[in-house]
Amino acid sequence: MLRIPCPHCGVRDYTEFRYAGDATKVRPTHGTDDVRAWHDHVFLFDNPKGAHREYWQHVQGCRQWLVLERDTATNTVGRAWLAREGAAS
Amino acid sequence: MSEISRYSAWSLARRAWSGARWRRAWRAAEPRPSYDVIIIGGGGHGLATAYYLAANHGITNVAVLERGYLGSGNVGRNTTLVRSNYLLPGNTEFFEHSLKLWEGLSHELNYNVMLSQRGQLVLAHGPGQMDVLARKGNTMRLNGIGAELLERADVQKLVPFLDYSSHCRFPIYGGLYQARAGTVRHDAVAWGYARGADHLGVDLIENCEVTGFLRDGDRVTGVQTSRGVIHAGRTAVCVAGHSSHMARMLGWRLPIESHLLQAFVTEPIKPFLDHVISFGAELFYVSQSDRGGMVFGGHIDGFNSYTQRGQLPKVQTVAECAVALIPGMSRLRVLRHWGGIQDMTPDGSPFIGRTPFQNLYLNAGWCYQGFKATPATGWCLAHTIAHDEEHPLIRHLGVDRFERGNGHDEYGLGLWTYKQ
Amino acid sequence: MTVRRLASGGHIDRATPVRFQLEGRTLSGFQGDTLASALLANDVRIVGRSFKYHRPRGVLAASAQEPNALLTVGAGDRRTPNLPATLVDLFEGLVCERQNGWPSVERDVGSLLGLFSPLISAGFYYKTFMGPTRGAWMFYERWIRRTAGLGKATHRPDPSRYETEHRHTDVLIIGAGPAGMAAALAAGRAGSRVLLVEQEALVGGSLLHGAVGSADDRCGFGLLEQLAVLPTVELLTRTTAFGVYDGQTVGLVSRIPGAFGGSAEPPYARETLHVVRAQQIIYATGALEQPLVFGNNDLPGILLAGAVREYLHRFALRLGERVVVLSQHDSAWDTALDLAEAGAAVTVVEARDRVSDDLLARAAKRSVTVRLGAVPVTAHGSRAVRGVTVVALADHRTEYFACDLVAMSGGWTPTVQLTTHTGVKAVYDPALRVHVPGPLPANQQVVGAARGIVRNPLAEGHTAGERAARDCGYDGAVGVAADAHWADVPLMAAGVPRAPSVQGKAFVDFQSDVTVADIDLSLEDGFESPEHLKRYTALGMATDQGKNSHHNGLQLLAERRAKDVGSLGTTTHRPPYTPVTVGALAGRSVGLHFRPTRRTPMHDWHQENGATFIEAGPWLRPWYYRWAGADVATAYVNEMRLVRSSVGLSDVSSLGKIELTGPDVGLFLDRVYVNGFSSLAVGKARYGVMLNDDGTVLDDGTTARFGTHRYFMTTTTAQAGEVMSWLEFLLQTAWPDLRVQVVSVTDRWAAMSIAGPKSREVLAQALPQLDVSGAALPHMGVLEAEWDGRPIRVARLSFSGELAYEVYVPADHGIAMWTHLLDVGAPAGIRPYGLEALASLRIEKGHVAGIELDHRNTLADLGLGKMASRTKAYVGRELSQRSELVAADRWSLVGLELLEPSGTLRGGAILFADGEPMVGHGRGYITSVTWSTVHERLIALGLYQGGLAHVGEVVVCAYPLRGEQVKARIVSPMFIDPAGERLHA
Repeated sequence: MLRIPCPHCGVRDYTEFRYAGDATKVRPTHGTDDVRAWHDHVFLFDNPKGAHREYWQHVQGCRQWLVLERDTATNTVGRAWLAREGAAS
Repeated sequence: MSEISRYSAWSLARRAWSGARWRRAWRAAEPRPSYDVIIIGGGGHGLATAYYLAANHGITNVAVLERGYLGSGNVGRNTTLVRSNYLLPGNTEFFEHSLKLWEGLSHELNYNVMLSQRGQLVLAHGPGQMDVLARKGNTMRLNGIGAELLERADVQKLVPFLDYSSHCRFPIYGGLYQARAGTVRHDAVAWGYARGADHLGVDLIENCEVTGFLRDGDRVTGVQTSRGVIHAGRTAVCVAGHSSHMARMLGWRLPIESHLLQAFVTEPIKPFLDHVISFGAELFYVSQSDRGGMVFGGHIDGFNSYTQRGQLPKVQTVAECAVALIPGMSRLRVLRHWGGIQDMTPDGSPFIGRTPFQNLYLNAGWCYQGFKATPATGWCLAHTIAHDEEHPLIRHLGVDRFERGNGHDEYGLGLWTYKQ
Repeated sequence: MTVRRLASGGHIDRATPVRFQLEGRTLSGFQGDTLASALLANDVRIVGRSFKYHRPRGVLAASAQEPNALLTVGAGDRRTPNLPATLVDLFEGLVCERQNGWPSVERDVGSLLGLFSPLISAGFYYKTFMGPTRGAWMFYERWIRRTAGLGKATHRPDPSRYETEHRHTDVLIIGAGPAGMAAALAAGRAGSRVLLVEQEALVGGSLLHGAVGSADDRCGFGLLEQLAVLPTVELLTRTTAFGVYDGQTVGLVSRIPGAFGGSAEPPYARETLHVVRAQQIIYATGALEQPLVFGNNDLPGILLAGAVREYLHRFALRLGERVVVLSQHDSAWDTALDLAEAGAAVTVVEARDRVSDDLLARAAKRSVTVRLGAVPVTAHGSRAVRGVTVVALADHRTEYFACDLVAMSGGWTPTVQLTTHTGVKAVYDPALRVHVPGPLPANQQVVGAARGIVRNPLAEGHTAGERAARDCGYDGAVGVAADAHWADVPLMAAGVPRAPSVQGKAFVDFQSDVTVADIDLSLEDGFESPEHLKRYTALGMATDQGKNSHHNGLQLLAERRAKDVGSLGTTTHRPPYTPVTVGALAGRSVGLHFRPTRRTPMHDWHQENGATFIEAGPWLRPWYYRWAGADVATAYVNEMRLVRSSVGLSDVSSLGKIELTGPDVGLFLDRVYVNGFSSLAVGKARYGVMLNDDGTVLDDGTTARFGTHRYFMTTTTAQAGEVMSWLEFLLQTAWPDLRVQVVSVTDRWAAMSIAGPKSREVLAQALPQLDVSGAALPHMGVLEAEWDGRPIRVARLSFSGELAYEVYVPADHGIAMWTHLLDVGAPAGIRPYGLEALASLRIEKGHVAGIELDHRNTLADLGLGKMASRTKAYVGRELSQRSELVAADRWSLVGLELLEPSGTLRGGAILFADGEPMVGHGRGYITSVTWSTVHERLIALGLYQGGLAHVGEVVVCAYPLRGEQVKARIVSPMFIDPAGERLHA
């Protein structure tokens, strides 16, 4: 099964995590009045067949949200880092 | 040597004892340089659309382009259920139209799709859940669709071997029953529509992958494929989990995430279960195929995937549901399990209709309901293509509906698609 | 077949006879027999009837690939159909029956179907059964279902137990033949953790085909002895690796001896699922022999040559006296020579023009008749084989050989299935004419026959095992591979040549009754790709999953279409490799353990004091108490009355609770809630609603401020986990600059609500050291203190509309506080009340709860529109203003009062305006119903088009499912105390 390398807890089964999809989306600034920006952020997806950066929360461990690199066509898993450290790692 | 075109018991006998041979179900057509309509995707929906374009609208200069072999996608991978127990306005009517088409389909196509209207029972495990089912059942009845609300004792009479013991974690409280719901042989649907379309003149082109679109500004004028360029008056996209992949070729993002759904079949056994049963404590559904295997499935695995294979913990979860629902299934053995790419949308309902691009039509986002919608999708999409305007039954399914509101959340599950 | 059990040899224990029952007849075998070998030993030739044509079938193989000998083993609730007799260990008292024949497998009426075979060829059911009426298929289906399927299962619950083990290992080796064992030896010596699994009861793999005491046999035992001394090597026999999944996860199922059987099953787990996470995987899965395709090749007495040899050496059974060996591969000659050695009269019919002189010499020495360059045309016999007609390829002359046993070999195909499960397609090798594993990732290797050529499995295994261990970081000394003499044996499976024409049915797939004619028919109909061929004919779709048919089917398809096999592609192999018991996958999560049960801290008290429980998601909560009535309908009303008239106590521990601390908590809550919380005073609580990004309601709850930088949030029971993750998501991904910590404390606090006009006096008496007066603790006030040396929090909150307080104590103190309040409040008449009454009280108050929070409703729909701040931004604000979400005709919250006392209101009823036709979707529906003790009538909450604009109007509540319709009036949802006088008492 997918095994996710949590920076705190080591490589763990994906069943310990909660998935939240595409991590490359940039959330509009809080208070932005731009309905179009919010609509696009909430409802539109790249949904790539291939390289994906996505959010997983280690709910049965450190409860940190991670960004994980994974190829959606092969399920090859790459690096993971803490989301709070930014996607540009 | 003469060819037999029409299927019947008589023609079976003729084939057996004369020198006549069957006409091919469909020709191995070569692509032509242009068509009035191109349908991208040779699955159930694409083939049904092609059929109804020809049969209902007399539009036969049509090609279906399929990158693999016909029916290699979800139409050949699903759990074969058909039903019309839908709550929301728009959905109620659409799926009932589909069920009515199912009821006449074998005759329409002269191909036995093996529609078995054996009834579907949706279970409730508490009074609150019962009320939710009641709302749905009342709505069905008020729309002229038969439904019955069953108390626990009625359920037990109908299916005596579910778990009614004191060891049951989520005791059965009652259920909603639709007698006209049931199962269909999935491959037969694809092949029946394919043969029907082909015999009306539609070209079915396999091993032809679309690699790009031809555009004139915002108008789509054809496609680039692995077998050359093909021009089209109108183009429809019916590629399910690969919809975003297609849209990307136009710089377009869709409200779709492609997820993995697993399905399972056991070894064939003598008749064991006569109905379709949907568990109410978790998403799980089971029926018995006419070959004898128990066919069942549950939730999507829960993350974007194009791999068409699932994870082992989900296999365990689904097996747990099977035993929780039908304890006698414990000693049966899983013969095979597989996965498909399921295109999930924010509200669990699909998109059918026109797009921001002229002469381009989209059919996608079917989540768990694609197979049962096959005839109505073909019917309505064919109409939409023929008239360049949505058929009334699908007007609520625009791809842009989230600009105006939250669309059609049939199950009230909310935004995060992987929760569905 | 004239079967003889030899006086010596075999891995059986002649000193331990075993008796078993076949359809009521008592037979016997020996310890070490499988059910298949025991049946053969007892001259049971027909072991079943085929799926479609009901042809008599005999045993074909000796292993998991067996397609015909599928029996039902066990009786009553241990009845298990479709078990391959080759995998069932024989044990004392085994009970079994053969399948798919009526009235018996020996004399089966179903065999008459064979007369109709031209009509019932592949796919015939698509071409007929459509008439005369639309529902015709359902009529035919009734009969077809009865002939379909193989064994009959029981509906009774499974008494067996199944376990699940989770494992991590360095090197997982699948298959304990020579290559696998050699790999395990090397990897183990290097120091790595090794898990070696073998699907048979005995290790050895191909070595088991050799005689006891032979070089093969001694080799196997030697390897086993060496493995036994390595501390990090674990061997599991009777364990099938059924699936390889992403992340180097492999699913195994182990079965105990006698797992398939009756009362002999011990009380521990019948089967165990192992979920193994391996750093390295080595596939040593061997090869499967393929049948030959010729007329009547399915007659009982026609077996695979390797299987015949295995029955001879492993079970000491010589299966015939006059044997024809049909060969395309040297391995078949081993069978021929060994049978001759055991006293049979043997003829070898070899398709190749030439074989080695050594083989010819050995054949001559044993008086084996040889025909080269000849292939079978047809087997003869009706219920067992009695002869074979062969044809010489050069001059087409036919020859007939009488026989009582046919041992056929179509060559061997590497067992590649597991290597393909994660998406690496097998690759066709045109020289070998088989599919071999494709290019695997670096942490997976294939050794031995599974690669397509048997070179030196011991050396190969050794090298692979060493490399796997090194890649895991182990560098112990591995020594050298055991020495053994192996000829290079390319596996090479048959494709051609074949007889130019056949008589009788030539089966390609025994289990689906697919013949060569069916393949031709499939092509005629235009189903030409391997996947279409498979689906159309059902080739490879039965329980052997193509192990005996996939290869021959592809070869035939290629030949017919004049294409290379390699260019056709192949069908995908899917897990499980062999069928896996559903119960084994479910493990211990059955019955009440299907899902975890969450209990509140006061659960035991409720249990002992007459509570009936109801599920609320995973929680068990008290539904009603016996003191109030014998059933829920009576009890909840009495419980409500108590609360409205004096005082009641209810357990609300399941609510989500989240502790928020930090300088930016107020700011954070302002963003997350639609209303403001930074302005909340310390010592106060406020009802809050939070939206999803899409503008629909996510959850509601009450958040209290206990300190400048300390807040305490409650959520609904159902959404506790969602909300917690959502808050963490926002803090960690969107606003990491905010200085806020959140901690889930749901299970840390027991929570109870004491409600009713006398609640204050009881509370004051129970907590004399606290000031809970109206002045000190006004409506929505909160305080923290200590009670009995432990923390306590009290909040004056009300869901019910009565004067009420929520009391929080540490979970382990829950029962103490609960019983304390009941004791102190006894003179005031306090009693516990349950979830039904809780829900009903809040309905009267017009509070929304789970059923209204269905992810479709907006704030305004729920009558809470005024809560939303107009001055600050909040999550979901922008999208909540989308045109359809603010439309005037939306369905919004109303109250309903029943106008016809003889009728009833029900949740799920559809609302129509009085007088309009009752068709379509109506204008709304009822969400919750209760008896109102205040108004002494039935009331309800619902959603109605246009909402409170229609107060005073009459509506019809339609419930066609019960044939009911009843009139009600739309009223305000606040049925009691609209001015809030009780709340502010």
